Amino acid sequence: MQPFVAFRSVGAPLNRANINTDAIIPSAWLRSAEADLARGLFAAWRFDADGNEIADFVLNVPPFRTARLLFAGANFGCGSSREAAAWALKRFGFGCIAAPSFADIFHENALRNGLLPARISEEDLARAIALIEADPNTRFHVDLAGEAITPEAGLPFRFAIEAHRKEALLRGDDEIAATLRHGEAIAAHATADMAERPWLYAALAPDAAREKV
Amino acid sequence: MHARAHGGGRSLFEKIWDKHRIRELPGNRDLVFVDRHIVQETTSALAFDGLSRAGRPVARPELTFAVQDHIVSTAPDRDEDTNPGGRELMRAIRSNALARGIRHWGVEHPRQGIVHVIGPELGIALPGTILACGDSHTATVGGIGALGIGVGTSETEHVLATQTLVLPRPKPMRVSFEGTIRPGVTAKDLILFAIGRLGIDAGRSHAIEYAGPVIRALPVEGRLTICNMSIELGARLGVIAPDDATFAYLAGRPYAPAGADWERAVAAWRDLSSDADAAFARDVALDCSAAAPQVTWGTTQDQVVAIDGRVPDPDGMLDPERRRLAAAALAYMDIPPGRPIEGIGIDIAFIGSCTNGRLSDLRAAAEVAKGRRVAPGVRALVVPGSTTVRREAEAEGLDRVFTEAGFEWRSAGCSMCVSINEDVVPPGARCIATSNRNFENRQGPGSRTHLASPAMVAAAAITGAIADVRKVLG
Repeated sequence: MQPFVAFRSVGAPLNRANINTDAIIPSAWLRSAEADLARGLFAAWRFDADGNEIADFVLNVPPFRTARLLFAGANFGCGSSREAAAWALKRFGFGCIAAPSFADIFHENALRNGLLPARISEEDLARAIALIEADPNTRFHVDLAGEAITPEAGLPFRFAIEAHRKEALLRGDDEIAATLRHGEAIAAHATADMAERPWLYAALAPDAAREKV
Repeated sequence: MHARAHGGGRSLFEKIWDKHRIRELPGNRDLVFVDRHIVQETTSALAFDGLSRAGRPVARPELTFAVQDHIVSTAPDRDEDTNPGGRELMRAIRSNALARGIRHWGVEHPRQGIVHVIGPELGIALPGTILACGDSHTATVGGIGALGIGVGTSETEHVLATQTLVLPRPKPMRVSFEGTIRPGVTAKDLILFAIGRLGIDAGRSHAIEYAGPVIRALPVEGRLTICNMSIELGARLGVIAPDDATFAYLAGRPYAPAGADWERAVAAWRDLSSDADAAFARDVALDCSAAAPQVTWGTTQDQVVAIDGRVPDPDGMLDPERRRLAAAALAYMDIPPGRPIEGIGIDIAFIGSCTNGRLSDLRAAAEVAKGRRVAPGVRALVVPGSTTVRREAEAEGLDRVFTEAGFEWRSAGCSMCVSINEDVVPPGARCIATSNRNFENRQGPGSRTHLASPAMVAAAAITGAIADVRKVLG
């Protein structure tokens, strides 16, 4: 994973609650490991049935076409576990989603892809939307180390992130490598469990007879 | 051990979780062992690629099962090429599984089926285990007392490489279903009723235990339906304490313990329940006595109403956000505010999915279909949740009941729940489905979805409109 680097960007406002991962990346884009996920991002909202842009959708409006920061309503990323939702947001160019809350699986998927899920208050979301409505070209500084999203003019929006998750994002940690460092403890757990619950493993032993229907 | 604010009693969830904890990690995260892992074709390809790029082996291939279910064709005589759009991912999982020494059940295999259906059906999921799968409905296995954890692709790769997960520890929550249910009310109606009362993010960051006399009285397959929709409450997982009904359900399943092992296993499973003094971060009770069969009217699962009720009139809603969401949902669904839910015409009826694709679901639908006809102009599909379910249903003649009534009898897969194969609802068409998501465009661009129980979907297929199964059955 690439280390997370602070950036400045306009903020795209998508102020609705419960934006689900089917909306973020429709299933038609999941049929290939090589699908153009940037094109598929919010496809049903961005494009009509003929593939033409829907003019008033926020990501088709000029200052937001290159936004790297998205402001969204509560419970962002609910529904399907598809990690392609996080991939599509990243490939479009987003580095941070700021919302009052995130669905659990999306939250984990985002963190594992260097996409910052920043929890901000409902009040700050409303304040951000008002700033953007007043001036769509308002730029925000997204600073993970400082745990703040700061508009050019105005007070910062604070977000809380657990310290170790923050460090992992800033370093771009490989979580599997980190877990493999616990290899001895994992092996010891497995050995003890096989002694305590042998019945859990007996039926999985390679045995042609058991594999028959 | 984590500090707890109460006197020492533990919930069922905590007992299972603690037993699997290898290490406490900073930030309230735990490294937990994964007893069983199931991978499916649409979320695993890049996980295997990641392993290959890093040169990592699969830690415990015997604990992983690879299955084709999401993108498979459900045509009766299908093979891997029937739906050309699925070929790439189906071939990828087959070759990845072969290369890594993992069991693989493709479309041709008698044990093929939806990951969450085959887990309990084959005894892969067992009480007290942790099962991970790259799909959000993995909590289904909570119905037999396992912790099912739905994960993304990076975590799938993590399980393959380490046989563990690193997860924020969910908070225990309990939802108690109290009272006595009325005839015609099924497990699907109960979970929709609960979501309607509690909302789609009530369980966020929580592990829900479903309890109470109504849950205790449910057959095991109904419990699987309840736990299946835990993600629709926003929960990380859902679980129900196993009991004699659970043990009877699991006895003799292909991967369940056998002989002396079975006795030892059941003895261990009998300890799997919450202590009387267990504390829950959230503890709610629902009186189910007045619940009727449920149908969703909107585009989230909490937008649901009893069959004898009306869709809301947003103008009468006090909360501005709820009003806005309701108005948008009714516009998308093309339903006038305030009209009765009963009588809304449908184009498609879909019976299947990990929520309601098991044998008891097909029996309930067949009871309605028997001796009746699908209404003119309605396409009605029955898609068994697994090839085993299909075989068992055929053995008792359910396939003929359905085909004689005008339903399509198809092969097992996720089908029109995720609509990533060829089973798609056309733009603007209205589908009543036994699946779990009524999101905009979920069943295809412009599709409109109503969620209901298998009997209610069959009743709608017969009537040509959303109908009260209690009236159809007379």
